[in-house]
Amino acid sequence: MKEIRLHGIGGMGTVKAGEMLVHAAVAAGKFGNSMPFFGFERQGAPVASYVRLGDQKIRAKNQVYHPDCVIIQDPSLLVSTPVFEGLKEHSYVILNTKSQNPRELITDPNVACLACLDATSIALELLGRPIPNTIVLGAFVRATGWVDKEGLEAVIGRTFGEKNIEAFRRGYDEVKLYHFDQGGIS
Amino acid sequence: MAEVKVINGNMAAAIGARLCRPDIIAAYPITPQTPIVEYLADFVTGGLLDSSVSEVESELSAMSVVTGASLAGSRVFTATASQGLSLMYEPYFRASTLRLPVVMAVANREMISPQTLWGGPQDSLTVRDAGWLQIYVEDNQEILDTLIMAYRIAEDKNVLLPINVCFDGFYLSHMSERVEIPEQAQVDDFLPKYVPEHIILDPSRPMAVDPLTNGYLLTEYRLKHMLAQQNALKLLESLDGEFKERFGRNYGGAVEEYLCEDADYILVTMGSMTGVSKDCVDAAREAGKKIGLLKIRMVRPFPSDRVAAVLKGRKAYGVIDRNVSFGWNTGIIYEEICASMNRAGQFVPNIPFIAGLGGEDITAAHIDYAIDEIINHAADAVKNATVWLNREDKGKEDTK
Repeated sequence: MKEIRLHGIGGMGTVKAGEMLVHAAVAAGKFGNSMPFFGFERQGAPVASYVRLGDQKIRAKNQVYHPDCVIIQDPSLLVSTPVFEGLKEHSYVILNTKSQNPRELITDPNVACLACLDATSIALELLGRPIPNTIVLGAFVRATGWVDKEGLEAVIGRTFGEKNIEAFRRGYDEVKLYHFDQGGIS
Repeated sequence: MAEVKVINGNMAAAIGARLCRPDIIAAYPITPQTPIVEYLADFVTGGLLDSSVSEVESELSAMSVVTGASLAGSRVFTATASQGLSLMYEPYFRASTLRLPVVMAVANREMISPQTLWGGPQDSLTVRDAGWLQIYVEDNQEILDTLIMAYRIAEDKNVLLPINVCFDGFYLSHMSERVEIPEQAQVDDFLPKYVPEHIILDPSRPMAVDPLTNGYLLTEYRLKHMLAQQNALKLLESLDGEFKERFGRNYGGAVEEYLCEDADYILVTMGSMTGVSKDCVDAAREAGKKIGLLKIRMVRPFPSDRVAAVLKGRKAYGVIDRNVSFGWNTGIIYEEICASMNRAGQFVPNIPFIAGLGGEDITAAHIDYAIDEIINHAADAVKNATVWLNREDKGKEDTK
C-alpha cells in the first residue's frame, strides 16, 4: 500500500486531485481511498488530503501520518505547514516551485526523490488560472509510476475536460527529477 | 454484473436508498449529510429514481412528512445528522411507537456545544432508547448494503419498526472509495415491494390512529414493540447469510468477530475506527499478541447475548467509544457491554476508552496504545476508569 499526503491552498483542487488518483487506481482494478482533512477549509487557507492506494481492500479510514509521498501544490506551504512531517524512508516529494535550486528546499533526510516543476506558470499559460492540480499529478505519475498514466488521463478528461489532459501531460513531460543518495531509488 | 464506482459515503447512502425505490423522500440538508439530499434530488430530476421528493423547511417537517407517508402505506426514506436529528425528536419517537418502517440514514455528527460539525455518533446514540432499530457501519460498501438490508428488516411483518443506518460523518460521508453497486434486479429480488398490512390511512377503511390510551393497554404496546426489536435482531442475523448468497458480501449480522476465536484479549470498536483497528490487530498478532476485535453493528436492540458470549472467559477486553455517556464517565457502548456481561453473569477485566470526539482522528498509534493497555493493564486497572486516548497525548502519533 502507498500512502500519499497532498498539501495545497483552498481553491487549488487538492481534494479533487486525491479523488482522481483513487478513480484511476480503481479503474485499473486496484483499491484506494481518499479523504480530505476536515478543518476550517476556505479559499486561500492551507488544506490537505489523504490518499491510500493498494492492490487489496484498504481498511483504514483516517489521516495519513507516514506518507510514501507528499504532493506540495504551492511553495508557500514549505514555510506555513510541516509538509515533510512523518515521511517514510525513501519517500517522494512532488513540489510546485519556480526555484532554480530546488534541492536546497528539501530539509528532510527521508526524501529519496524530488520531482519539481513550475506548475503555476503552466496552469496560467494553459488554463488561465493558477490551479496546478492536474499538472502536479502529471509530475506525480512520472516520478512514482504508482498510477497508470492513460487511466489517470481518462479520469482527468471526464472530470475537467481535454484542456486538463494537456496540462497533465505538460506536467508529466516537464517535471525534473532529483535523486538523493540516501538510497533505494535511482 | 455489479458496477464498480468510486463514491463517498453520502453517495453510497443515496444510491442504497435509490436501489430500494422509496415512494416518498423528505430530508432537510445539514452538514455532513447535505449531499445525500442533493444526490437524491438529482436522481429524481435525472429520471433515475421515481420518487416524490418533498421539499421541507426543517427536519421536524421532514420526519413528519415521512411519518404521514408511511402511515399512508408508502415506502419512505430520510436522512439527517446531529441538530437535525434533535429537531426531529417528537416525530422520531412517534414513528417507532406507531410501528412505521421508516428508513433513515444518519451521517453521524458530534453534538453542540461548543459549535462543532465533525464526525461522531453522539447524535443517534443519544436517542437509542426511542424505540428505533440502529445499525452502525464501517465503510462505504457497508452503508449501501446495510440500507438494502434495513428496508427488509424494517418492513418485515414481525418487525415493523423504523431503522437508522448510521455512519461517521466526514470519515465516511466525505471519504471516497471503491464500492460495488448491485444491479437493480438483484435488489428487487431481495427486497419485495412493500405491502402494508398494518395501519394505513385509507378513506375506504377508516381507522383511529393514536387514540388516547390507558396505561394498561400501553404496556401491551411497549412489550410487543420490544419483542419486535428482538425479532429484528434475529432477522439481521439470518439475513447476513442470504445477503452473502445474493450479493457476495456479508458483515457478521449484529456484530462482526475478527480473529476472536483463539484470542485472549478483545478490542471492541464501532464505526469507521474499525478498519484501522483491524490493521492494528493484525500487526499485534504478528508480534505474538493474542488479540481479536469485536465490531458492534447493531446497537438497538443491543446484541447482548452474542456480545457476552464473545467476551466471556477472555483475559481482558477494552471498548473504544467515540461518544460519551453523560453520568457514567465512560462511553455508551461500554455501558451497554457492562450491562450485557452483568446479565450473562460474567465478569472479565476491562478498560473503557474514549477517543475521536468532535471528529478527532483515531490513529493507528491510539489503537496500538489501547491494545497494549488491554493486554498489560486491564487486570489491575481501576474499575471503569476511562482512558481518554486523544487526551494527555496517549498513543500520540510519533512523527519520527
